[in-house]
Amino acid sequence: MLNSERKPITGKRVQLMATCLCDAFYDDVAAATVEVLEHLGVEVVFPEGQTCCGQPAFNGGDWAASRKVVRHTVRTFAGEEPVVVPSGSCAAMMFHGAVLEFEKERDVSDVEALGRRTWELADFIVNGLGVKTWSGRYDATVAFHRSCHSRGTQSGEAALTLLAAIAGVKVVEFGEGEQCCGFGGTFSVSFPGISTAMGALKLDHVRAARPDVFVSGDMSCMMHMGGLAAKEGKPIKTLHLAQVLRDALKSKAAP
Amino acid sequence: MRFQPIDQFAKNLPPATRASVYQSTKTTHEKRTKLLFDQFAEPDRLREIAGEIKQHAIENLDTYLPQVEAKLKANGAHVHWASTAESACATVLQIMRARGATKMVKAKTMVSEEIELAHYLEKHGMEALETDLGEFIIQIDHDHPSHIVRPIIHKNRREIAQSFEREGLGSYNDDPATITQRARHFLRHKYLAADVGLTGANFVSAESGRIVLVTNEGNSRFCLAATKCHIALIGIEKIVPRDRDLALLLNLLGRSGTAQDLTVYTEFIGGPKLPAQPDGPEEMHVIFVDNGRTEVLASDCREILRCIRCGACLNVCPVYRQASGHAYRSVYPGPVGAVLSPLLAGEKFPQLADLPKASSLCGACHEVCPVNIPIPDLLLRLRARAKDENVPSPGTPPMGAWALLASQPTAWRAALAGGKLIDYLPTKLIPVPALQAWAAKRELPAWRGGEFRKWLKNRPR
Repeated sequence: MLNSERKPITGKRVQLMATCLCDAFYDDVAAATVEVLEHLGVEVVFPEGQTCCGQPAFNGGDWAASRKVVRHTVRTFAGEEPVVVPSGSCAAMMFHGAVLEFEKERDVSDVEALGRRTWELADFIVNGLGVKTWSGRYDATVAFHRSCHSRGTQSGEAALTLLAAIAGVKVVEFGEGEQCCGFGGTFSVSFPGISTAMGALKLDHVRAARPDVFVSGDMSCMMHMGGLAAKEGKPIKTLHLAQVLRDALKSKAAP
Repeated sequence: MRFQPIDQFAKNLPPATRASVYQSTKTTHEKRTKLLFDQFAEPDRLREIAGEIKQHAIENLDTYLPQVEAKLKANGAHVHWASTAESACATVLQIMRARGATKMVKAKTMVSEEIELAHYLEKHGMEALETDLGEFIIQIDHDHPSHIVRPIIHKNRREIAQSFEREGLGSYNDDPATITQRARHFLRHKYLAADVGLTGANFVSAESGRIVLVTNEGNSRFCLAATKCHIALIGIEKIVPRDRDLALLLNLLGRSGTAQDLTVYTEFIGGPKLPAQPDGPEEMHVIFVDNGRTEVLASDCREILRCIRCGACLNVCPVYRQASGHAYRSVYPGPVGAVLSPLLAGEKFPQLADLPKASSLCGACHEVCPVNIPIPDLLLRLRARAKDENVPSPGTPPMGAWALLASQPTAWRAALAGGKLIDYLPTKLIPVPALQAWAAKRELPAWRGGEFRKWLKNRPR
């Protein structure tokens, strides 16, 4: 299933899937997501029982374990509202990965229904709400990483639409933009050599473009590349798109 | 700590090899993309249609295989069916013996690599000479191809010049034109002396029985110029329903594989020489090889049989670029190989069950595939199969405890609070291999477990 089969947006109330990474490490990204959505007049509901989308076990091949988590997620996000998630990867898990591992399960239709309601944040703002302008200002040269799990979706274009709409933002291209950063979930720990070599290559390309900030719609990629850069002793400023959008509203300069 | 075999292999790969694999795959990939998007309004739609054609073909082999057999026979060819590698090899040997033949010239065919035909024939006293330049170099070096389309992508010209010198093909000279001239001179005599020419097929039309062969060196034509017997070794998935399907598939194959509008030579072979024709092989044998394909067709990964062996997925794959082809320990490397090789391994699936793990699941392979194979989905299915069959997977963190935690909100919230420990403990003291593998090369961000939930609850509204 692709996210082109989504339910149209009705009403302005959404459920926020904050992602396990934001729950554990990137609280400011989740907070920025809330503030950005509320700025757009959207009421944000946070289902307290949420944990993780189930992707780690799905990618690791342990589909029984993953389905257990997905079933929990389906129960937690019951209802009719759109589910908005500040991650292309978790979004793709909901509308594609989970459906794949539930193909032969009796409750596949529940999973499909959640998938049809799930939106990556930038996609939701631009294509769900129809918002293509942004108020405020953010003075920075930005390199934008299109995370791989947004391939085949409208998330990448949506994020670039929003970035281009912010006064003061200059988006720079960098080499081999379509290549993976090497995170890949469990891949990053079971293939540490290849994973970090891929990340180093990506960092070389990004640094050559001399951005002030490196922005993405997925904190997983940023955790990998930011962590790699810091370990090298050459840290790079990484931000989620939601943080840039929120800071622009406050007309903050790039940190 | 033990990591995945392909990661280990990549670690030991000479940097020069990695650099040349990277440069060459990157260049081809970029040219491929430019060509397709410059020349076609909707190349991705073409890939989808091509995928539908091939999917239809493989799902209706029970119709098309008898049809193509009848056509080939009507065209004057002999048709053989080989269910295993052994029977395919034995059929070739039998054909050669029946003709009293001892010398074969071979065009490049991946299925002959798969069934290890050249070794088999040599073991039975036959000469089987590779005539594709890359395959020829592989053969004299007793090496293995590391790429579907460019078998010697892992070698540089200095190594090749040394091999030529060792084989008595002239004193050391690493000029590519000289290397090519010397190979050409050597091979010309072999073409004239050979009894049998062996080719594969890129496509076979069920409608006409025409076999389509594409090459850039013209060696497959030379293989059939002087020999009296043509053997075509063909995987059963190479069938396309109609001649007109070739228009689309050939347009995509050249562009996807080598960034060419069309390969230099595209041959359509309708059968053996007709009485009115002045030359060409008088006898033609077509051997259709199954060798595990029927099982693949019966599996939930059957889409991989659409593959037209263009190599675009290898070229774009960041893991292939780091590890090169031999890392995959099989005839078919890269993303397509990571799916196909474990499937074709049959009972030996566990030995190659690590291949589907060698992917960050970035999806670039799916995005470039000319027949739109959802390779990441198939990699995931094979990972699930490996888990179901309890194949050990070094370096992969166990997921049972995590799943338990992630399906119980109270436990989850407790873990979010307790995770703060990782900020204080040295990573080396935390007995979680995944964490250590992460932290060896990457800083961990500060633990902020539960902070967002607190903010949400306490913020002024």
